[in-house]
Parts: sequence; C-alpha cells; structure tokens
Amino acid sequence: MTRTTKLWLLWIVMTVSGGSVLMAGMLFGGPSRAMLLIGETTSGHHQIELACSACHTTAFGGPEVIEKTCHGCHAADLAASKDSHPIKKFRDPRNADRLEKLEATKCITCHTEHKPDVTHAMGVTLPEDYCALCHEDVGKNRPSHKDLSFATCATAGCHNYHDNTALYEDFLEKHATKPELKEKPLVKLVARQEIEFEPVGEPLTTAAQADAPAAHSGDEKVMSQWLATSHAEAGVNCSGCHAPEQKTAEDIKANWVTKPDHTSCASCHAQETATWLKGKHGMRLAEGMRSQTAGPFGIFREKALPPMRTELARLPMQSKIEPHTELTCNSCHSAHTFDTAEAKVTSCMSCHDDDHTKAYEGSKHHKLFQAEAAGTAPKGSGVSCATCHMPRTWMEDETGYDEVLVTNHNQNANLRPNEKMIRSVCMDCHGLGFAIDALADKELVKKNFDGRPSAHIESIDWVMKRLKDRGAK
Amino acid sequence: MMKLTKTLMVSALAAGTVLAGGAVANVTAKGVEYKDVADMLIAVMVADRTVYTKKVVQRLAAKEKVIKASEHFDDDSALPLPAQMFRFGAEHVADKTDKFSYSLQSLWPINKQNAPRTDVEKAGLKFVNDNKGENYYGEETLGGTKYFTAVYADVAVAKVCASCHNNHKDTPRTDFKVGDVMGGVVIRIPMVN
Repeated sequence: MTRTTKLWLLWIVMTVSGGSVLMAGMLFGGPSRAMLLIGETTSGHHQIELACSACHTTAFGGPEVIEKTCHGCHAADLAASKDSHPIKKFRDPRNADRLEKLEATKCITCHTEHKPDVTHAMGVTLPEDYCALCHEDVGKNRPSHKDLSFATCATAGCHNYHDNTALYEDFLEKHATKPELKEKPLVKLVARQEIEFEPVGEPLTTAAQADAPAAHSGDEKVMSQWLATSHAEAGVNCSGCHAPEQKTAEDIKANWVTKPDHTSCASCHAQETATWLKGKHGMRLAEGMRSQTAGPFGIFREKALPPMRTELARLPMQSKIEPHTELTCNSCHSAHTFDTAEAKVTSCMSCHDDDHTKAYEGSKHHKLFQAEAAGTAPKGSGVSCATCHMPRTWMEDETGYDEVLVTNHNQNANLRPNEKMIRSVCMDCHGLGFAIDALADKELVKKNFDGRPSAHIESIDWVMKRLKDRGAK
Repeated sequence: MMKLTKTLMVSALAAGTVLAGGAVANVTAKGVEYKDVADMLIAVMVADRTVYTKKVVQRLAAKEKVIKASEHFDDDSALPLPAQMFRFGAEHVADKTDKFSYSLQSLWPINKQNAPRTDVEKAGLKFVNDNKGENYYGEETLGGTKYFTAVYADVAVAKVCASCHNNHKDTPRTDFKVGDVMGGVVIRIPMVN
C-alpha cells in the first residue's frame, strides 16, 4: 500500500468517524449536539434548546411537524388570552388571498427559531410592519392612525397580535377616567379569596405521628418544621411527599424517596406544578424534554434534560450561588418549611440579580409588602415579586369544565408582552392609563416602578377623541 | 329513505322562510346536492340561533331582566349576543372540520373584517338584500379550491337587532328597522372534482 493510499484511507476513516459523531449528536444526543445548533435560540426556548426532539419530533420532519409542537405547549395560553388572531379565524376560505400574503394559520410563519439576526421582540421573525399586510386601510376608519408607521403597531404599547384583553377600544373607553391609584388598592384574589386544599386526614400534631422509616426520622429540627406547616395541619405525613400513595410501613420504607421532585408535589398541587413546568423555572423538566434519545446498539440511552441551573440563565443571576445547583420546587419552597412568604420575595432575590430585582428593596411595592407582612396593612395590600409574576388566577381544572383558583407558577404567563399583566395584576390597584404608561416606560421597569412614568401612550386619548368626534356628528 | 325525507321536511319547515319553499332535499344513494347540504346546514344554524335568541337572551335579558346581554360578555358578566354566539359556533366548526365553513357578513358591518370580500360574497349579499325571501347560490375558486357558496339573508327579526346595530358606535348605517335585511350567512362547501 502506497503512502498516498494510506493517507486516503486515513482521511476516509476520519471523515466517516467525524460525520458519524456529528450525525449521532443530531439524531440521538451527546456532547456534539450543542455544536450543531444552527443559530442562537430565542429567550423563550433557549433552556430547552438541546432537547431537539421537543420540536423536531421526527428526524426529517418538515415545518408541519414542528408546527404541531407549538400548539402542544402554547395552545392553552393562547386560548386563555382570548387570542385576537386565532388560527381558526384564518381557516375560512374567504381569507385565502390573505393567507397567500401571510400564512397566518401557522405559528412558524411569524416565529422561526434559530434566526437571531431577524428575531424581534416576542420572538417575531417577520419584518415589524407585518400588520400592513391585512390592515393597510386602517386609516380610513381611524384617522388617528393615518400617518403611523405599521412597524409601531405592536411595539408602542397599543396593540398585540395575540393578547389584546387590556388594550381593546371599548376597554380603554370604559377605564379611561380611572384614577392612577384606586381608593382601596388591594390584590383582589388575595384579599377576597383563599386557595383551599382538601385535607387528606386529621391534623398531625406530634413527631410521634410521623410515618417516616426509622432511618429517616429523628431529626428534631425537621420534625418541628414539618409540624408547623399547613401540610401537617392538613394531615400530610412524611410519606405524602417521600412515598406518595404508599400505605403500609413496609411499602413506605421500600418506596422512600429522599429528595422528592415535582412529581411528588404534583400529587396534591397539580395545577401549580403544571404551570411551573410551562414556565422558565420548570420547562426543562416537562414531559418530552430529552437531551438524549435511545439510539442503536444501546450506545445512546434516553435521558431527560436536567433541571435548570442559574449558570444556564441569560438573565443576570447572583454569583454567590454554588454552581450546578439545580432548580426544583424546593429552591423556592424550602423543604419541610414550605414558607410561602419566603417564596414571594426572598427566594426570587436569592437567584435573580438584574436591575428590576435589585430595585425592589425599598420600592413602594416593597414597603407595602413589608407593611402587610407586619400586620399593619390589610391582606392583599402588599406587592411582592410573586404578586406580579406568579399571580393567583382562575384556571380550568383537569376536566376542562370547572375552574379552580391557582397560584400560576408559570412566571412568563403574564410577562411577555408585559401588557398581559395589566388585567391580571396592575388594575387591582391602578387605573388603566397609568398602568399602560408605566409598563411602556423601560427605565421605570428597571427601577421596579419606584417613580412615575415618563412615557405616555396615547391610545386612550385617541379613543376618547374619536368618541367625541362621533358624538359631534 | 322515507323517514329521512320526513325529517328533512320538518327541518325545512322549522327554518321558516330561509329555505326556498321548504323543498324536499335531493338525497340519493349517490349523495346529496351541494345546495341541499347548505340548506340543511342553514336550517340547523337558524334553529339554534332562534332558540338562543328567544329562550335565553330575550327571556332572561329583555323580559325577566335577570342578566344583560353584552358585546363584552366576559368583562360585563353578561350573555354573549346572538350574533356572537353564531360566530363562536362558526369558529368552533372551523377548528373541527374543513368539510364546510360559514360566516356572518354584512354590507354594513360593525367590524369591517365582516364585510364581503370575494366576488360571490359581494354578489350574494347584494342579491339577498334586493330579493327578499330568496337565497343566492354560486361557485367560486379560492386558494386553488373550488367551493359551492350559498348566501342566506339575515333579517332583523326583533326591535333589539335593529336598535343595537343602529346605536353601535362603529356602525356605518343607522336606519335599520324590523324586517330589514341586515346581512347574510355565507356557507361554503369545497366541491369534489
């Protein structure tokens, strides 16, 4: 064999081996997968970017395959936000000519992943003046809009493509004259409602009642923490979390889980867990999020994405957190105490380190929170991180017919765009106009709303002018 | 076959004047005429809408005044308006099947997106307005698919229909009265080659 032949053979072997490693990374996972990302993912998906099969459910599936996965995660939220442009509206054949301009029956028409160079706010990858494709004659009926740039429809605090529940014209009119601050500013679902859980048994009041196996009991601190919780009061014993569904001492011992995960919490807190799995804290642990799928000859085994860690976040995080600390339910709800007061502020600030978070301490909202915690202000008057980012909300239960009051643990549900927060949070205490202006003021957001809005969105003014003009006719 | 025909006749009668003459549908082993399918569909739609308007909205909102009916029914804790109920049904159908679609349109729409857009819609809405009691049937090709399109008049059957439209801030017409054609229901069925 000549030297040239040997070199050719070596080249072929190395090329095939390298290609195989890359191909395996793409199809099954492994260390090479991260190198194969075809472009930076959006802030909404970056946490699950290595779970390729979450969106690319088949190796050679086209846009239709990807499209289906969008609905799997986002359909319920879109329905809850009373989507202004639902796909079903565009299915009517009378819109066929519009669909030729903009295929509005598909999410991926406007939201294409891995395209950082053309990705705008809300993960939109179309040019920002896309509204003009269907609404170019808006000036005919809305003279106030005549000379406006279509690139500003969805970026100026006036309209959203999907959620306009706080921005539609009649709503603006109805709340046009509301004062900046209500006479009795209270978070109504906190002030007037209680979230109730069915007790699973009689209250547990002594450490002797704990059903943990001998090897796991005896820690006095843990026992006293547990006995002080609403868990013990509702009859939730050690096995309720550490060995759910197990009844006998033998079964509890055999099925004992030292560090229960969210699946254990879900046995009682189904909606809280389900919403957490949709948000950025828990989405990596949602069903189907696999960093590795089963491959040939057992080389690759199915592997779920590990929990979120602060070093993976794109937002500024506290540097003092020990690397590889995994985000679980217990990150915010400390095991055995499950202090909800701690989870409302302290837990958030122990990780987040951005301007908005840092400005919370000492802000008006924080002072209100402290006053309520001290018992000097009424229930529901305090404003914590969770008040705005994990508000209580009525949600359909698993049957789809009944509604239950839930603390929404998907902190993104009312955050992007931030006008979603107006109705679910801001308007409990503030007038609509003030809320719209405050949320549109990026500097004020950074200051955690400690001050007055310097921006003014004219939408309410225009609505009132239009009404006045029509009345004059 | 006889039983089916009887049922269809009853449906046709229940739909009142909307179905042209209440003719017996041409149902054979080979299938049903497009026109008959559209007429059957409108019979169900009109029946449901009439029941909702009379048994729910008029009874509870207009007569007994135990609840209001409002365009913003969610925010106002009120009943959806009959036209909204109709549109929600159309959207629900659009979500479930592409075997047919329907919409409520008008030459004087409150929401400008509900004005006729295709040539057949424009001709149909004009025809049912100019020819009271008659329906319009046509064919059109949209997005590469050929459709059978039927247009049925939507008439102001109660004072509240006319007054609500006349007083709405976005209405382009303010002189509707009971008995006027206010718009039309457009039913579309994709045609098999």
